[in-house]
Amino acid sequence: MKAGSNLEKVFESGKFAVTAEIGPPQSANPEPLTHHAKMMKGSADAFNLTDNQTAVVRLSSIASAVIIMREGIEPVIQMTCRDRNRIALQSDLFGAAALGIKNVLCLTGDHQIFGNEKPAKNVFDFDSIVELQVFDQLRREGRQVGGEVVKDPPRTYLGCAENPFATPYEYRVSRLAKKVAAGADFCQTQAIFDMVMFEKFMDEVRSRGLDKKIHILAGVIPMKSAGAARYMKNKVPGMIVPNEIVDRMKNAKDPKEEGIKLCIEQIEHLKTVKGVHGVHIMAVAWEEIVPKIVEMAGLLPRPTFQ
Amino acid sequence: MAGRKPKVVGFCCERHGMDAAVLSARSGKEFDASVRLVQVPCTGRVDGMHILKALEDGADCVFVLGCLEKNCYYDTGSIEGRKRVEYVKQMLSEVGVEKERVEMFNSASTNAWMFPEIVSKMVALAKKLGPIGGEKQ
Amino acid sequence: MIVAKRKPLNEIAEMVAPYKRVSVIGCRSCVAICLAGGEKEVKMLVSALKVKNKKEGRDQEFEALVVERQCEKEWVKEVEDKVLGSDITLSMACSLGAQTIGDMYPSHVTFPGLNTGIFGVPEEQGVWSEKCVGCGNCIIHTTGGICPISRCAKSMLNGPCGGSANRKCEVNLDTDCAWSAIYDRLKIQNRLELIEKVTPAKDWSTSHAGGRRTYVREDAKLTPHQKKGKEAIQ
Repeated sequence: MKAGSNLEKVFESGKFAVTAEIGPPQSANPEPLTHHAKMMKGSADAFNLTDNQTAVVRLSSIASAVIIMREGIEPVIQMTCRDRNRIALQSDLFGAAALGIKNVLCLTGDHQIFGNEKPAKNVFDFDSIVELQVFDQLRREGRQVGGEVVKDPPRTYLGCAENPFATPYEYRVSRLAKKVAAGADFCQTQAIFDMVMFEKFMDEVRSRGLDKKIHILAGVIPMKSAGAARYMKNKVPGMIVPNEIVDRMKNAKDPKEEGIKLCIEQIEHLKTVKGVHGVHIMAVAWEEIVPKIVEMAGLLPRPTFQ
Repeated sequence: MAGRKPKVVGFCCERHGMDAAVLSARSGKEFDASVRLVQVPCTGRVDGMHILKALEDGADCVFVLGCLEKNCYYDTGSIEGRKRVEYVKQMLSEVGVEKERVEMFNSASTNAWMFPEIVSKMVALAKKLGPIGGEKQ
Repeated sequence: MIVAKRKPLNEIAEMVAPYKRVSVIGCRSCVAICLAGGEKEVKMLVSALKVKNKKEGRDQEFEALVVERQCEKEWVKEVEDKVLGSDITLSMACSLGAQTIGDMYPSHVTFPGLNTGIFGVPEEQGVWSEKCVGCGNCIIHTTGGICPISRCAKSMLNGPCGGSANRKCEVNLDTDCAWSAIYDRLKIQNRLELIEKVTPAKDWSTSHAGGRRTYVREDAKLTPHQKKGKEAIQ
């Protein structure tokens, strides 16, 4: 065991893992986090707390993690390189570990142009792969990137993200391999709507033996409306939503029900893809639907460990 | 306004632009204005500086008259001319001067009716807008 | 070259408004090539300001000047009388030119007429794009000759990120994704193994992050003796 987190235990036990995303509030109010934690408790093995996603200022991911841990659920914190240089990244890793946070997802981070503080100066001292490499060295050798030896290094389970649908497509598996080489233990993918393309990606992942080296969580997004489908298809760079999915949402009598049905079908499909070790549910602004989806997808009860 | 005639400067290319002017002059049309024509080899040679200088030195309005865009003697000269005019218009709006004071026109040399129309338009505009900065100029 | 852009005219006008005699000094080097602060741009700016003043009835004197290279003291020296004879100098060179004048004549006020932007190349007539940020530690031999520090919005060392769609950058869909370009270039050069390797943390101390930089070429420096000789000639 690298960190002994619940998520790590689920993966190590060979069970199909479930994680879900919680977006921290755009305020200093911890209440929405507590609410979501209580509501989703038992529905997933760990809960992913975004780090100012799309560069919108939110309650910090580390503080959010501590708040949801009080409710007895396990966090995965995202840590982006957009707002931190190597001093802050390593310091926050120490801080998170000291607070009992065991899972860290390493991300480069969305550019500030997408957020609500556009004139910000970004950092990008590292990218996600360098971040993984530095964190991995820190936990394995207790040595900072600058060479300083650390007495009590953090024990952290390291994650990464990968998008099979970004260009150049033929390079995406190589990039995952780089993340494995840099020390990633698990990977959550961009939301998958194009199953054919994802299976092709996974074929190559398996042919390079990467599925044996990293636990892949396939990303899913339950949609509320045809508008959401169209938005993701047309406005989110690096996201592929096939026309038949947009049409299906458009023609549905009850788009919300259809969105749930579609998501469950996708999870059922993903369970059959070799090398996929779990799903990551990103119910953005629709967190309350997660327990229902997990239950209907036959993923309950979640395993528990001593 | 008595005593002061509107001042208009026109840069005309020596091909179609000036020919059109000469042709219309033969028709004997007169204007109650001071219209100074400057013959240039091509409106592509008209620089933004020329236009600004004319305004700076007292012109109320400036027009540039070149060949039709698809029939320019120097192929793309009048397109270049239009780009310069647009750039000066942009600068004028930045300094808060009516950008309408500067205009680009295109004409074929055989269009005798067009030249008087252009001049009338610019003279009317010069009368309406008056000198830049008011009468004392 | 250094690529700059004229400040909006109203901003310039506002800056120089309190001063009676304004010397406007352009530069015949980079900023002339990028059509921001050469002789013609200086004259057009002065003309536009005069037209504005005419409209608003303001009385101001402008002197339009241009020097060969405003970042070099020797060239600025040629217009010293004009600079010191004015109440204020508006530099139409890049910030280096403006600062050279400022450093040479500390009690004289010098304002920037341009916004200095990028180390860029002309892509086509009228279009310049950034290809270097001066990080002080060039790595393009490992990236197919394409600089990811300047050409990737996130300066990634191991790109492309997940936002690259149709080989374009998510930050600006008109811009090519630098890492897609690097991938393509390395592929045609049969050097894809380079992009498979993890590029470790970059040492930014050679960049501006390490503080203000001064580059010295010892062999080109004048000895005290040579300096004395030069002064004697002048």
